[in-house]
Amino acid sequence: MPLISVEDLSFAYRDREVLHEITFPVERGEVLGLVGPNGCGKTTLIRCINGMLSPRRGRVVFDDRDISNMHRREIARAMAYVPQSAGNRTAATVFETVLMGRRPYLNWKVSPADEDKVVEALTLLDLEELALRKVAELSGGERQRVMIARALVQETDAIFLDEPTSNLDLCHQMGVMEILRDLADKKGLAIIIALHDLNLAATYCHRLLVLEGGSIYGCGAPAEVLTEDMLRSVYGIEAVVKRDLPAPYIVPLRPGCLESGV
Amino acid sequence: MEQSISLYEGYARLKRTRAAFMLALIFGLILLIGIAVTLGSADLGVAESYLAILAGLFPGRFSAPELAITIVWDYRLHRVLFAVCAGFGLAVAGSVMQGILRNPLASPFTLGIASAAATGASIAIVLGAGVVGGEYLIIGNAFLFALLAAFAIYGMARYRGVGSETMVLAGIALMYLFSAVTSLLQYVGSSEELQAVVFWMFGSVDKSTWPKLGIVALVLACTVPYLVYRAWDLNALAEGDEVAAGLGVPVERSMTVMMLIASLITAVIICFTGTIGFIGLVAPHITRMIIGSDFRTLLPASGLIGALLLLAADSIARSVLAPQVIPVGIVTAFLGVPFFIYLFLHRRDA
Repeated sequence: MPLISVEDLSFAYRDREVLHEITFPVERGEVLGLVGPNGCGKTTLIRCINGMLSPRRGRVVFDDRDISNMHRREIARAMAYVPQSAGNRTAATVFETVLMGRRPYLNWKVSPADEDKVVEALTLLDLEELALRKVAELSGGERQRVMIARALVQETDAIFLDEPTSNLDLCHQMGVMEILRDLADKKGLAIIIALHDLNLAATYCHRLLVLEGGSIYGCGAPAEVLTEDMLRSVYGIEAVVKRDLPAPYIVPLRPGCLESGV
Repeated sequence: MEQSISLYEGYARLKRTRAAFMLALIFGLILLIGIAVTLGSADLGVAESYLAILAGLFPGRFSAPELAITIVWDYRLHRVLFAVCAGFGLAVAGSVMQGILRNPLASPFTLGIASAAATGASIAIVLGAGVVGGEYLIIGNAFLFALLAAFAIYGMARYRGVGSETMVLAGIALMYLFSAVTSLLQYVGSSEELQAVVFWMFGSVDKSTWPKLGIVALVLACTVPYLVYRAWDLNALAEGDEVAAGLGVPVERSMTVMMLIASLITAVIICFTGTIGFIGLVAPHITRMIIGSDFRTLLPASGLIGALLLLAADSIARSVLAPQVIPVGIVTAFLGVPFFIYLFLHRRDA
């Protein structure tokens, strides 16, 4: 049985339908990449899956429970969410920011066990040296690691991330994705990531789900999903998909350059 | 392993620093209360003032001259404690508003709540109209209008979808609207009425009494512990609605409840004092610069800073041109702004 089942989910902002009859499962230990052009509904889908938005039709089942029957605190103990802008407004120290991840379990007092979990996450993500620095003083890559550490101390079975690598250089993009893939492989977490970089998605995700105009265009292993036809149809671009490496990679072409040979 | 121990130690040190800061504030406040009670036309020393306070509290154990007890308990102490409670409450309300609206300029003043109270007071002064009659005409109007503004902000935000931007914009719009109404009333009022409105808007703790102090203290006692208890929600909300929801905070309900509580605290204070806008804006900033942004300590500490600021300002207001009393709202700005700018620049340098 999958950990998460999205079943026939549709969502609309007032009269405008943004998601249309979306159905897919997510297994434990799987990294699922949500890809698609701007405005295709990636962020909305993540918000629906973790119950921040209520779908117009359909439902999301987490570990055999319909999430519409779960309290916000219960959802926060089941799945962690790292929004795109997370950490931009954080005025606290790294330690306190990660400690906030214990909020679904805390009333007021912080126990030594809570502090242990924070230290464990900081150590795992190599953030010990930065623990007492303010998050606002960190680089983009360090800040993203802090957000992942906070998601980890929520002790959930699933983590959702919205564009966790935007604004990061290539080295830090790979660093963040390595961490996420490791968490899925070693801790069995289900991870859903909305990504723009298709090559990064192909390298690190077990499966990709391609959204186009709020509907699923395709879902499967990167090698099955990333095709020239998909890129033409979904993104409206010409590209060559190279398949001589462990993961497919895309070389986009300028309009008309195939004909001219440039 | 060594690294882990130093991590625990580092966080423990941070907590100790905050506890020490709070203790220092409490000690400073107690000291200032004793000094503030000595101020006035009748000459009382600091020791004599403390004795008079203790003699009033524990009549059998401590003794002080009858005159000193009368001066302290009938004329001075309620004013001093009122300044403490008002400063505390305004600062706590400002901290909550800045936190949940994620706007450093959010305060009871910038959100239109103080402007609405001024409009209510102006209607009472100029038109003599109000819901509650008698000596509570102005107070009742100011209180009702302040709450009205809070509900209007909430109503507009609810219509548009509760969120920090909509609340701030709704608050700013209301501030201009109520300011315009107050200006109109000043324009049509007589010179005596105009003077009364302007004086009310300066803000002061001149009209404090024990019953008024009791009301403010009761509201603070009922609300501040709840806000401190919800400190983790405030910590999460300060990072954004999405982050807060992801951490299990019921965002709309928490924002609404806490905004209304902050508005109630503000309304119950400024209906008695008039507009004292600066404390709610600056005390949270000063506190955040010194001990960080964890609401578990930020709320009580900024309350204490607010209390110290307002009491110091009131003490200066009473003594600089004695027996004339300068409106405390003016002094808070004179006192707080340089301190605020110093801290601000100092932090930038660091």
